[in-house]
Amino acid sequence: MMEENESVISIRDVSVSYGEKLVLNRVNLDIRRGEILVLLGGSGSGKTTLLKQVLGLAKPDSGTIVINGVEITSCSEDELDAVRRRIGVAFQAGALFNSLSVEENVALPLRELTCLADPIIDLIVWMKLKAVGLADAGKLYPPELSGGMRKRAAVARAIALDPEILVFDEPSAGLDPIVSAGLDELILFLKNALRMTILVVTHELESAFRIADRLAMLYEGALIAVDTREQFSRETHPRIRQFLDRQPDTISGEAAVEFIKSYLRKS
Amino acid sequence: MTILKRVGRSTISWTEDVGALSIQFLRVLHRVPRILPVVGRRRRWKATVHQMLFIGASALPMSGIMSLCTGFILALQSASELRRFGALEFVVDLVAVGFTRELGPLITAIAVSGRSASAIAAEIGTMVVTEEVDALRAMGLDPIEFTLAPKYLAALITVPCLTVLSTLCGIFAGYVFLAFSIDMTFRLYFQAVSEAILLRDIFLSLLKSLVFATIIVQIGCLEGLRVRGGPEAVGHSTTTAVVKSTFLVIMADLMATAGFYMMGWSAAG
Ligand SMILES: Nc1ncnc2c1ncn2[C@@H]1O[C@H](COP(=O)(O)OP(=O)(O)O)[C@@H](O)[C@H]1O
Ligand SMILES: [Mg+2]
Repeated sequence: MMEENESVISIRDVSVSYGEKLVLNRVNLDIRRGEILVLLGGSGSGKTTLLKQVLGLAKPDSGTIVINGVEITSCSEDELDAVRRRIGVAFQAGALFNSLSVEENVALPLRELTCLADPIIDLIVWMKLKAVGLADAGKLYPPELSGGMRKRAAVARAIALDPEILVFDEPSAGLDPIVSAGLDELILFLKNALRMTILVVTHELESAFRIADRLAMLYEGALIAVDTREQFSRETHPRIRQFLDRQPDTISGEAAVEFIKSYLRKS
Repeated sequence: MTILKRVGRSTISWTEDVGALSIQFLRVLHRVPRILPVVGRRRRWKATVHQMLFIGASALPMSGIMSLCTGFILALQSASELRRFGALEFVVDLVAVGFTRELGPLITAIAVSGRSASAIAAEIGTMVVTEEVDALRAMGLDPIEFTLAPKYLAALITVPCLTVLSTLCGIFAGYVFLAFSIDMTFRLYFQAVSEAILLRDIFLSLLKSLVFATIIVQIGCLEGLRVRGGPEAVGHSTTTAVVKSTFLVIMADLMATAGFYMMGWSAAG
């Protein structure tokens, strides 16, 4: 398929461990211009950890990440900031600043990183809020918002500077199906209308298959599949089948004994 | 072996603290100009005003009442001794000099530490847990500039003011005691106080209060930024922040006073 598509983000042999625990084990992944790549994986499989590497918030133990031709794992702090300005992020819980209203949250990057005049900033903020369907909620403060509104506000802030790359951490976690479906439409709109490259982390299958151009699956710190939607649903890897068919982990007798032992040791 | 291990571990953790504090301190000094009115970035000074109200106003009743009580206690205790030598009027000197040089800054710092070091650690720790700090960094903005700098600037302004107020409270408590016990007039008391205190004492008091403000805010912020994991880690960081900042304030006070003593700046007059 689209071979001519260059990769905007390329992750090469990235390994990360916290203390003894290896969270990412030589992960390789390319995200191509204009696509939506969905990163699947169970809770605690290291999805957020990988995102933080891509954003340069933490350095990998080994491996390289190149974004738009800049190797962010070894570049200077200023170069990193320049790369970051072209990436918008919507964090898992929104990460809105509680002391600022929704409008001020969206205006923050514009105010700090551009020299636009106030009326223009106000206009852009209004446009972004309109785009995510929050035009009426600008004056509210984050604690007054519902879960879905908070995520939308986070998206509005993420697209404030018209980034080329958009990163979502679990956009549909904790939302009811209707709100979650609305967010999926929003993500598709951002890709089709604004031509953004989008990386979405999620464990919601339905939403993943609705929006993804390609899917990747993280399991025990390694990527076990990267494929288009059609091929991904035909994958035969047992862990992916288990994920797709929603089968629980079966606990063998031995493992159960081990688990109880370790539990008793802890307490 | 275990004792050695423990000593080693706490030495390492103290060294780490000192290193992290120095780096953070230099970074915030570098960033403070950006949040000043006029020369700084747009609208940034507002956060500082907000923090001044928070740090200053919240600690005012506490440090005022603590100083009134301590002033009264000091006057009572010293009077019971000095009366035996018929030197009751020296209570004035003791209270005035004691509060200006020592107790005013110290009591203020302890009140601010109890309220604000924990509040700062909790606020910044929560921002770490909710990924707000990551969001700032991901936007290419400096968390130190946005979270610590306004708090630090606010503390540098309000803590000396609070120190002056609580010194006045302590000295006033001394007057109340003497007015009741030997019918001293306010005029006479005021005169005695102004003779006892030197300009240098006031200068040292303000200098101390700046050092204490630095310790409290920097420790609160450091502990907040160190939070890893969930909300329960925030609770732990607030306790650590209060304990560490109170301890360091008293250590710094000891060093300052010992230093002034050795430089021969101790005797009033
Ligand atoms: N700062 C950290 N320190 C120690 N362990 C961490 C840290 N962040 C994440 N982890 C661990 O790494 C694993 C992966 O976490 P994460 O990337 O947040 O998973 P996901 O987002 O897929 O649910 C988890 O087991 C988590 O406990
Ligand atoms: Mg996560």
